[in-house]
Amino acid sequence: MEQITLSLNGSQVNGRPGTTILDLAQQNGIHIPTLCHDPHLIPIGACRVCLVENEATGALLASCVTPIAPGMVINTESPKVLEARRTVVELLLASHPDSCIICDKGNRCQLRKIASDLEIGQVRFGKTRHYYPIEDTNPFLERDLSKCILCGKCIRGCQELQGAWAIDYAYRGFDSKPATSLEVPLEQSPCEFCGLCVSLCPTGALYEKMRKYKGRETKRVRTICPFCGCGCGIYLELRDQEVIGVSADAENPVNKISLCVKGRYGYDFINHGDRLKKPLIRKNGELEEASWEEALDLVASKLEQIRGESGADSIACLSSAKSTNEENYLLQKFARAVIGTNNVDHCARLCHSVTVAGLAISFGSGAMTNSIAEIEDADVILITGSNTTETHPIIALRVRRAVMKGAKLIVIDPRKIDITKYATLWLSQNPGTDVAWLNGLMHIIIEEDLWDKDYVEKRTEKFEELRETVKKYTPDFVEGISGIPQDRLREAARIYASGERATILYSMGITQHTTGTDNVKSIANLAMLCGNVGIESGGVNPLRGQNNMQGACDMGALPNVLPGYQRLSDQEAAPKFEKAWGRRLPANSGLTVVETMRAAEEGKIRAMYIMGENPMISDPDLKHVEAALKKLDFLVVQDIFLTETAQLAHVVLPSVTFAEKDGTFTNTERRVQRIREAIDPIAEARPDWQIICQLASRMGYKMNYEHPSQIMEEIAKLTPSYGGIYYDRLEKEGLQWPCPNRDHPGTRYLHKDRFTRGLGLFQAVEYIPPAETPDEDYPYILSTGRVLYHYHAGSMSRRCQGLDEIYPESLAEINPSDAQELGVEDGEMVRIASRRGEVEVKAKVTERAPKGVVFMNFHFNEAAANILTNPALDPVGKIPEYKVCAVRMEKA
Amino acid sequence: MKGGAIDMSKLDPILTKHEGQKEALISVLQEVQGEFGYVPEEAIERIADALKLFPSQVYGVVTFYSQFYLTPRGRNTIRVCRGTDCHVQRTTSLLAAIEQTLGIKEGETTDDLRFSLEPATCLGKCSLAPVIMVNRDYYGKIVPRELETILKRYE
Repeated sequence: MEQITLSLNGSQVNGRPGTTILDLAQQNGIHIPTLCHDPHLIPIGACRVCLVENEATGALLASCVTPIAPGMVINTESPKVLEARRTVVELLLASHPDSCIICDKGNRCQLRKIASDLEIGQVRFGKTRHYYPIEDTNPFLERDLSKCILCGKCIRGCQELQGAWAIDYAYRGFDSKPATSLEVPLEQSPCEFCGLCVSLCPTGALYEKMRKYKGRETKRVRTICPFCGCGCGIYLELRDQEVIGVSADAENPVNKISLCVKGRYGYDFINHGDRLKKPLIRKNGELEEASWEEALDLVASKLEQIRGESGADSIACLSSAKSTNEENYLLQKFARAVIGTNNVDHCARLCHSVTVAGLAISFGSGAMTNSIAEIEDADVILITGSNTTETHPIIALRVRRAVMKGAKLIVIDPRKIDITKYATLWLSQNPGTDVAWLNGLMHIIIEEDLWDKDYVEKRTEKFEELRETVKKYTPDFVEGISGIPQDRLREAARIYASGERATILYSMGITQHTTGTDNVKSIANLAMLCGNVGIESGGVNPLRGQNNMQGACDMGALPNVLPGYQRLSDQEAAPKFEKAWGRRLPANSGLTVVETMRAAEEGKIRAMYIMGENPMISDPDLKHVEAALKKLDFLVVQDIFLTETAQLAHVVLPSVTFAEKDGTFTNTERRVQRIREAIDPIAEARPDWQIICQLASRMGYKMNYEHPSQIMEEIAKLTPSYGGIYYDRLEKEGLQWPCPNRDHPGTRYLHKDRFTRGLGLFQAVEYIPPAETPDEDYPYILSTGRVLYHYHAGSMSRRCQGLDEIYPESLAEINPSDAQELGVEDGEMVRIASRRGEVEVKAKVTERAPKGVVFMNFHFNEAAANILTNPALDPVGKIPEYKVCAVRMEKA
Repeated sequence: MKGGAIDMSKLDPILTKHEGQKEALISVLQEVQGEFGYVPEEAIERIADALKLFPSQVYGVVTFYSQFYLTPRGRNTIRVCRGTDCHVQRTTSLLAAIEQTLGIKEGETTDDLRFSLEPATCLGKCSLAPVIMVNRDYYGKIVPRELETILKRYE
């Protein structure tokens, strides 16, 4: 590689062409002060603090933007440099308030530090102050622009990295300042409260509200965010045993310096007063505090008693996509080896079971084919059934950045969700018509000869059947079903087929249907048709919902497979587990989540052990869920809060949050990452893995682990795709499975050169309408999902002060024309009823909802959307149809 | 609001013409101001959508240039010269007199939208100091009592 030689503070040094003087200085251990520079942002050379002198010419150069050149004689601290730097800083100080003593930034202020390094005391210029009111009307951050030095980092972060463009420079000269459009408060602007601006601000102009005057942390612990499947790296910042803040782990390839509002500001549930502190046992109808001894003895004896009376299959376990891999592994081991049943499942059943089923058939492996970082380099992105901005905020950033780099974005979603703002093309389909438009796209691509013949011939099979099936899905026919205008569908087909590295991102808008498996197969068909699987940046990417949804599936917390998706009937796998676990394994597949509830209602399941799940909010058709849980002879719930489900339990076992234990989470891109114990367990709460071990021992099965790392060693031995995953390898950075042995570096993208199953399998599918469609009595379609500020059943996010304040209640999104017909105004209450129940909820009248469709989130028990939803199941994945059910609405 | 409701449909032809043209922002703002006399706040989001920009960017440009206004302007613009010669010839008293007559301060607009009063650093007619300008007409060597007759000419 070509090198440039120059003199730097008297030494001859080498650097690559294109390196800036600042970078070269840093590489050589020379410190140059900066105010507007951040390595994650495009340098702009605005603050002039990083000036250095080229003694060959006498010129002062802004080192952050000047590339090195041969023959330069750079002095970073010449008298001329120091004088210029002092003048620049003094001018900044001349318009800066002298309020350091009461400024929350304190000694972390870069301006103050640089002034002190330059030995600046009294400023020789007269004070010319900005007087701006402090903006503090949102729950997360305060802005005191009188301390703004116009470095522009907040603006550049918001634009370049977050892609939100909530703020830009406004006005001119001395009056310049960062501002929202029309200077509305941040909460009325497109601001998403990611907090990136605060983390970049060198002075006290931006500061975190909840952390104000809490002082500096005494300890920082590197771990992984517990919200959503992105799996961002974070530092928990602690003052003794209290988490006082969160910052981004810039070393983590998932998120670098970005986080979303939940990740950055959703930490106060950890030390919340509602945390369960002691085990609870129901006595005379009331839950009363008890000792661990008493509670564990009771659980063990009751489970043994019920197994004795009705057999192991009368007991079911629900594992948790929020718990660690090690805990999920142990719970399924507990179900299979200790209790002796395959009745173990978790809420991936309700989110992506059809992905696991569908993609496993098409490709041989049911996970994201690519890494999150690769999305940024795709040239075409098709998003369908994913409200990416709100459910996977950090992945949405990659999409926005790809668009800013020139990628074409197609969004196919009934709702005008945020990401449509960035789209080249947005198509609104009728809910539940996905197979139709997907077949339509393939029809056009084949008809216009845009498919990748070479790829289809070499890497796939059963193409001819697909070609036959999609023949009848002409754009005209598809328009009749999906409502997507023909010319728009054609445009989408052409854009998708034009991509060299086209990627499809999908989520529960595709999976949560009675045709979920078919939808997933169709997506796989489309991607293979255009040769878009097995390449960098292009692929099929199901975005998994919860922090460890991928891991909980990988660990075999599923009724039909063992860890690593090894089949119960596998002649090699099953004996391997039997030998390792020392027990005969039950052979028949167990029951899935919704089937378990039905069996409980019928009295076939008599006891349930629920770890970290809240089916009383998250499952469909809540009235029946409640009836089922109440009918149980014995219900054990292990959780961090007394959730709606825990309130029905006979025994409640207090467990700890992610901040109080070691373990691993596997994020949506198959990356296994370490979480680390930051504080001691609150009160008497214990980690899930310890509780399971203690219970197993009482039931006569020894589980001897001193640390979760030992559980991972067992997992690695039994699970080929995790074969090389050991804690010592996870210290620096996570590993992406498949990682079959200790020397394997992990796998960034799947199916390179060969599909996991060999050839990619086209599976031709026909369109089938949703199980319940609107009729005279129930004329609207209800669709459900999440919002940015909340997470799953709300037990964590609703106990976070800021998140709760900005989104305190459920809102049903209703199209303005529907609202007018109903005579409902924005903010008024509506009654929404389905065949299964009714709820009252506040209406949000918005163009986001298409006509005839009402959207509700499922986070709030006061207006639980799942009272209404239809438990009709996909026949293969057994996922319920959350996305479509028929409802009627009236003004309440 | 001054001047009553505005007809936002007048935006459509301007925005249609420049659909998706980020670089046309300044021309679009000028055309919008030509149509409405100022850039109505409600227009900012529409302009951003049409040009594939973000509202914060549009607002940044509007506030950067002194030629753009976010509030309605008067039908006639009075500029009172603040240059050295005019200052010596006491334009300050002319300014005070105009402010008193119209009941507005420099930078403001009368409620009936007849006049806007704007600062001017120098109008370039120093030989005629003190100078004021109404729309494109210069008036030099004037004294406060002449103002009434001058302003009467403008409706």
